[in-house]
Amino acid sequence: MKPPRFRYFAPTSVDEAVELLSTHADAAKVLAGGQSLVPMLNLRLARPEVLVDINRIESLSYLRVEDGHLAVGALARHRMVEKAPEVAARVPVLQEAVRHVGHVQIRNRGTVTGSIVHADPSAEMPAVLALLDGSVRVVGPSGTRDIPWQELFLTYFTTTLGPDELAVETRFPLPPAGAGWSFMEVARRHGDFALVAVAALVTADETGRVKEARLSLAGVGGTPVRPERAEALLAGQALEDDVLAAVADAVREAIEPESDIHASAEYRRHVAGVLAGRALRAAMERARRGGEG
Amino acid sequence: MATRYFGQPIKRNEDPRLLRGRGLYVDDVQLPGMLHMALVRSPYARARIRRIDTSKALAAPGVVAVITHADLPANLQGPLPPLIPHPTLKHHKTQFALAPGQVRHAGEAVAAVVAESRYAAEDAAELVEVEYEPLPAVVDMEKALEPGSPLVHEDIGTNVAAHYTQVVGDVEKAFAEADLVFEEVFRPDRGQAQPMETRGVVAVYDRNLETLTIWDSTQAPIRIRSGLAELYGMRANQVRVIAPNVGGGFGPKIMMFYPEEVLVPWLAMKLGRPVKYIEDRREHFFATNQERDQIHRVQVAVRKDGTILGIKDVFLYDTGAYIPYGLIIPIVASCTLPGPYKIPNYHAEFKAVFTNKTICSPYRGAGRPHGVFVMERIINRIAEELGIDRVEVRRRNLIQPDEFPYDVGLIYQDNAPLRYDSGNYPGLLDKLLKLIEYDQWPARKEQYRKEGRYVGLGLALYVEGTGVGPYEGARVHVEPSGKVWVATGVGTQGQSHQTTFAQIVAEELGVRVEDVEVVTGDTGAFHWGTGTFASRAAVVAGNAVALAARDVKAKALEVAANLLEASVEDLELADGQVRVKGAPQRAVSLGQVAVAANPLRGTIPPGQEPGLEAARYFNPPQSAFSAGGHAAIIEVDPATGMIKILKYAVVHDCGRLINPMVVEGQIHGGVAQGIGGSFYERLVFDENGQLLTTTFMDFLIPTAMEVPDIAIDHQETPSPLNPLGVKGAGEAGVIPVPALFVDAIEDAFSGYGLRFREVPLDPNRLRQALAEAGVPGAGSTAA
Amino acid sequence: MLPESSRHRIRVTVNGQVYEREVEARLLLSDFLRYELGLTGTHVGCEHGVCGACTVQLDGQPVRSCLMFAVQADGREIRTVEGLAPDEERLHPIQEAFWEAHGLQCGFCTPGFLMTVEAFLRENPDPTDEEIREAISGNLCRCTGYVNIIKAVRLAAEKLRAGR
Repeated sequence: MKPPRFRYFAPTSVDEAVELLSTHADAAKVLAGGQSLVPMLNLRLARPEVLVDINRIESLSYLRVEDGHLAVGALARHRMVEKAPEVAARVPVLQEAVRHVGHVQIRNRGTVTGSIVHADPSAEMPAVLALLDGSVRVVGPSGTRDIPWQELFLTYFTTTLGPDELAVETRFPLPPAGAGWSFMEVARRHGDFALVAVAALVTADETGRVKEARLSLAGVGGTPVRPERAEALLAGQALEDDVLAAVADAVREAIEPESDIHASAEYRRHVAGVLAGRALRAAMERARRGGEG
Repeated sequence: MATRYFGQPIKRNEDPRLLRGRGLYVDDVQLPGMLHMALVRSPYARARIRRIDTSKALAAPGVVAVITHADLPANLQGPLPPLIPHPTLKHHKTQFALAPGQVRHAGEAVAAVVAESRYAAEDAAELVEVEYEPLPAVVDMEKALEPGSPLVHEDIGTNVAAHYTQVVGDVEKAFAEADLVFEEVFRPDRGQAQPMETRGVVAVYDRNLETLTIWDSTQAPIRIRSGLAELYGMRANQVRVIAPNVGGGFGPKIMMFYPEEVLVPWLAMKLGRPVKYIEDRREHFFATNQERDQIHRVQVAVRKDGTILGIKDVFLYDTGAYIPYGLIIPIVASCTLPGPYKIPNYHAEFKAVFTNKTICSPYRGAGRPHGVFVMERIINRIAEELGIDRVEVRRRNLIQPDEFPYDVGLIYQDNAPLRYDSGNYPGLLDKLLKLIEYDQWPARKEQYRKEGRYVGLGLALYVEGTGVGPYEGARVHVEPSGKVWVATGVGTQGQSHQTTFAQIVAEELGVRVEDVEVVTGDTGAFHWGTGTFASRAAVVAGNAVALAARDVKAKALEVAANLLEASVEDLELADGQVRVKGAPQRAVSLGQVAVAANPLRGTIPPGQEPGLEAARYFNPPQSAFSAGGHAAIIEVDPATGMIKILKYAVVHDCGRLINPMVVEGQIHGGVAQGIGGSFYERLVFDENGQLLTTTFMDFLIPTAMEVPDIAIDHQETPSPLNPLGVKGAGEAGVIPVPALFVDAIEDAFSGYGLRFREVPLDPNRLRQALAEAGVPGAGSTAA
Repeated sequence: MLPESSRHRIRVTVNGQVYEREVEARLLLSDFLRYELGLTGTHVGCEHGVCGACTVQLDGQPVRSCLMFAVQADGREIRTVEGLAPDEERLHPIQEAFWEAHGLQCGFCTPGFLMTVEAFLRENPDPTDEEIREAISGNLCRCTGYVNIIKAVRLAAEKLRAGR
């Protein structure tokens, strides 16, 4: 299990990186945290001729709260996000989700943006991006553009990023003040990719009914899924058993999970509905307490 | 003399080096000019090899040699030697160093590439062009027996390697007289030991001395040495095999031979340079032996008071593509099934079946978990059918303490009668019930149910045959410094022999444990022995160490008696000295005695051998039988099929304890592997015989989050069969886990009629079963 | 045809000592430490980032050395198990604790655990058992069932707190 040969470049600026990517196009792969790419290289499942290592572009290592967003630079490691007080205060659902990413050694190296553009549909970060209606900022030869999550993910491990484009930042819109949240995951072992994960965001009115609810799921198909009909069903409702049962059904209708050696599609479908209900209840509980931790 | 070392939780001699990162594992051996081997492995489970073109690989940078079966000398072209024959094993088919024209499992070695680095070797291995003609594969052992099934070995006309039956009493009569008769089918699935260190071999040949030195991550260095010498046509003393630090074994690191163990030394001789092979983790999944899949059809005859009259167990054992290790696993499974219970009439029958899958050989437990699973499931079924508490059914069938030695009536894996030497099974059960607070369980369970939680208690008992022969030996040597040097043939893979054997010596010679250095697994230091397997090292080698130490003690007394002008009876060994009892100022150090025993000039008494040294062997007449019971409390989330182990308790009896801390460590590790095999770890093959689980992302070894704390209590029933009174402990932890795991889950859902017959379970299987049984929250099973 | 492979001159500080070497781009950091520098205390168990045996500290934080290329360590500081004990006579308190609590058997996974735990206890000097379990869940051990490792980490935390 030794990686195949490749040529290695370590640009120190975004421009330099983009230039390398446009020169080598499909032959090149971006190396950020490397926690998904290097195993694939070691297993020789990926064979890029060129690696463009962005770890020397120090300007990409940041977290900022700006214009109603949490902006996460492409070199911000999971661990940086996990420990940042502004994340805990402003986007606690992200902090909770990031704790489910691998183990500490993985989180010390892996990046949030890298995880998103790797587009593993059972990963946690893409689901949070979808929950918060976030986007990824990319820089290419023709300039900078923001790709909303709906336009980013195509299917398993596939995005609309061009081969000559570099993802430089992930933008998570801040959840509304007082919103309750929850992130729940069923994985075979702690730290494994999700069999199913559900993120929920709920705002409540004074009577304890749902004003707005969002759900986002991982592990249930080729991309993260926002079950729109389920979300619509929730507006104005109290989270009674019958409402949650209808929501669970709507969640199960909205997804197209596949079977693999760890779980059947049927299992994933069932658990997605279960976790949606649990996550909504937990989120509502937080919303009632005013959205704090 | 008060016990000072034996039986104490003494911290380990081996640890300071390991903690500093100074162990020597095979991959740490680095020699000048060393070459690296990578193997080309078959992508097909069954195929004919039409053509191999090595020219592109040979031309790749850094490549020194590319070898196929045709390039091997005649002595390496045939099937490799069988390890353990058995009269009923008619078709003892064994593996090849490199596949000769046909492959029989995915991952079988087809060609070897030797290059300046492993990186270069892997690059070139991809350039070896092999033209295969894929053939239909035999994957399922039941289908393998159907008429018209493809054959793994066409020349023998069958996929059955062996068919073996043992009978005790009159089973037909038992069934005729029974009040209750039932039948069950159990299917434990395939798993793998997965030590953290994969396999590795380094070899260097000295052309001047004509000696071959091999570092091998094996559990049986001496047998490897003898076998290789024979295979290469060399004298045994030309070959030295060192199993240095071995990063976990658990069974599969004992084989005669893995292809790499034959290829690497031969390549080192042929190429005149040291050669290294380190198996990578992906290779380990299909190139290192696997275990555990069996299908048991068992019929049981019971009286209405719950007494078992008879058992007829007929099972299939999947041995994979070859059967070098023989019938050890299925024989052990048959012989472990009766466990602590009296089974007056027992029919044990199995077929060993070839399939196009990786070879099976013992993995910690080696058939014991299967026997216990079947037996303990039977007991629960009896309890359920007759409405008697499961503990009471156990009690009514237990062998009593006054019934030892107890003859089960079978022949064990060592070809000796299966006769339990000693034990107290009711005592174990009582301790276990206390540890798990069984008397409070009904109330607690009711409380959990009221809270809407599904929590169950499972328990299982077992008897483990340990310490099989034929023999081990040891040499104990006192240095002029007074330090003691012990050499024994068994290798060590983490079992703490450097400490437990030192404790035995320290106890006999009155020296400090840290002053006893134990060398294991180096044929240059001691070259008689069989290996570390079957929970045997402490029993067989430990007693050899004790006997040798006692001889050294006798000699030290004799020599010191001369020096001190005292009689032997008046002397004692303590604090590194031989001294006169009651007059400790009249003493000589053990080091001085060693010098006196090996004088430069002068005389030594006639008949006395020089030096303060002795070598002894211990040949146990039969196995020593450890026993134990485990219990656990497990919660299940019916909506997700996820589990949480709330409590885990073990009561264990391995005779006299040498070091309780070490024994407990062995149990902890075994339990963790048992939990893995019960819920997490499964090797999945597709219908073409392709292994789908070849990484730790897919084969799920439990982490610290999945293994609970483990409460342990001991019972000590000494074995009358050896001087130390010890029994083996290496495998005990794993044996009953699948049985009690399933028991706990059935208990959690009592009233729903759930019966689990397969392990491992997983959230998917479990949730589905709960849904089918109508457990609230588990959902429907419609897609 | 094999694609070409670039080579790079790197300067890495390992356990306080500076090493300069020329490496092939694809050389894994784990292989660099073991074969180029002879620091064989860092073990390789899976080479796909799951087992944690190869855990070393990169600028003080535990990482998988099998998931980094040596060239990426250029200019960085690495700490391995060989850099843990203060001298030949004394062990690090975490090493002592693993010894006393029988926190290792075959010893293969141990260096990875030590490097993970050292960083963990720096951040969390008085952890709960649950925090300990989470912290070491990225390191697999096949011998101990983790029971005594958890005990060892608890003991190490006590020792370190007492030494402060």
